[in-house]
Amino acid sequence: MSEVEAIQIDIKGIREGLLVSLPQGEWPALEQALLDELARRGDFLKGAKLIINAAEHELNVATMSRLRDRVTDSGLLLWGVLSSSAQTERSAQLMGLATRIHDGARPPDTEPVEEYEPAAPQDLGPDAGIMVRRTLRSGASLHAPGHITIIGDVNPGAEVVAGGNVVVWGRLRGLVHAGAGGNEDAFVCAMDLSPTQLRIAGHIAIPPAERGQVSPEIARVQDGQVIAENWTLG
Amino acid sequence: MTGRVITITSGKGGVGKTTATANISAALAAMGHKVVCMDADIGLRNLDVVLGLENRIVYDLVDVVEGRCKVRQAMIRDKRLEELYLIPAAQTRDKNAVAPKDMVRICDELRQDFDYIVIDSPAGIERGFKNAIAPADEVVIITNPEVSAVRDADRIIGLVEAEQKGPAKLVVNRINTDMVERGDMLAVADVLELLAVELVGIVPDDTAVLVSTNKGAPIALEPKSKTGQAFRDIARRLTGEEVPFSASNGNNGFLGRISKLMKSKEGRNA
Repeated sequence: MSEVEAIQIDIKGIREGLLVSLPQGEWPALEQALLDELARRGDFLKGAKLIINAAEHELNVATMSRLRDRVTDSGLLLWGVLSSSAQTERSAQLMGLATRIHDGARPPDTEPVEEYEPAAPQDLGPDAGIMVRRTLRSGASLHAPGHITIIGDVNPGAEVVAGGNVVVWGRLRGLVHAGAGGNEDAFVCAMDLSPTQLRIAGHIAIPPAERGQVSPEIARVQDGQVIAENWTLG
Repeated sequence: MTGRVITITSGKGGVGKTTATANISAALAAMGHKVVCMDADIGLRNLDVVLGLENRIVYDLVDVVEGRCKVRQAMIRDKRLEELYLIPAAQTRDKNAVAPKDMVRICDELRQDFDYIVIDSPAGIERGFKNAIAPADEVVIITNPEVSAVRDADRIIGLVEAEQKGPAKLVVNRINTDMVERGDMLAVADVLELLAVELVGIVPDDTAVLVSTNKGAPIALEPKSKTGQAFRDIARRLTGEEVPFSASNGNNGFLGRISKLMKSKEGRNA
């Protein structure tokens, strides 16, 4: 097929590994073109971590899982998938793949969010948020530039990083970072707020191990310190 | 006949995957099913030792994959049970000698002749784990009542869901009721609260398991052993039977808590 040969796969080295940018096109042909390119470069790339920029391609878990297996068969490791498609991003998160790459040059406070392109068709402004209706298990990682609402638990070993606020309608036991872009007014609330570690903007708090009666709580920054108090309406 | 493939895995090492594989396989075979168990832990095989079949190995899984023998030739019949077979792992190779598609192909062949194919997964979440779950119809996660094992089990449950092989089932191995009562050990209820999956077995902490493992005689075949009964109950639950948990464990208060919790979980998931 002459079309396949025309597909241009761009691979460049970044701090995390190799960033592969996929052009427009139909998925099975693109996947093949990528694997051909990896095969063509041969041993030179062996063992490298691969981050695929899938742009707006919609990939389900089965497709991504097959891609991962085939990448593994080529001697590389599929480490992350960047995408502007919500479906693709969710698939990547389900498989425990990174969906965002760090830029080490910037201080941690101002780090992640601005390079992120929201999946929503229209920009809803700073109040945009996402809602997730499942439990995040150990190894899962959820990042979003706006607010994050989770209906389910966040288990130890999972991480949630939001540019805005984080609301968990369930038990929050993993790592949570609200206001990751430096927003000191961000808050975290949960039905059971017992995270492994809680960060708001640049502040880091480790909640006490032993707690009494469990009640919904909200954590925010007050006078330069993270405080948690009962979460009540009004 | 189309057999079911059950993969036994855990994430963390040393929680009792191989022992559970041997005992569940033996219990299923003792119930009259045709069973083959397969050791997917290439390079660190030991299911053959636990079953006491080490000295009969001629061919192994890698020989089948690489076409040096037929699947039939690699199967070793158990000493005690007519309908129990083992396909051993290779000791001299590593996980990369087998690919997930090879496992699917071999299991599809075995499904024709067996009721159950039980796969012993290696620890970890890399290639060996992916090989082990690729052909699975059902995944059983073994955990211990300790924080690190439960954390890994949680990760594995997530990975199994992502591979669309879920929902996984759970066995809590090495429960010491005395320690739980003293508050020194996580109770089954605590483990279930976090993992929120279906419980198919509770196995007591029992030094007799160590003895039986060293002898190469599965404890599930000892009719008087409570631990053996626990494994037999797991096998029955995996065949779809309803087996109450009180049958393997007499403590009512403790079990009342579990069944209450399981009901509330079901309600939540519905």
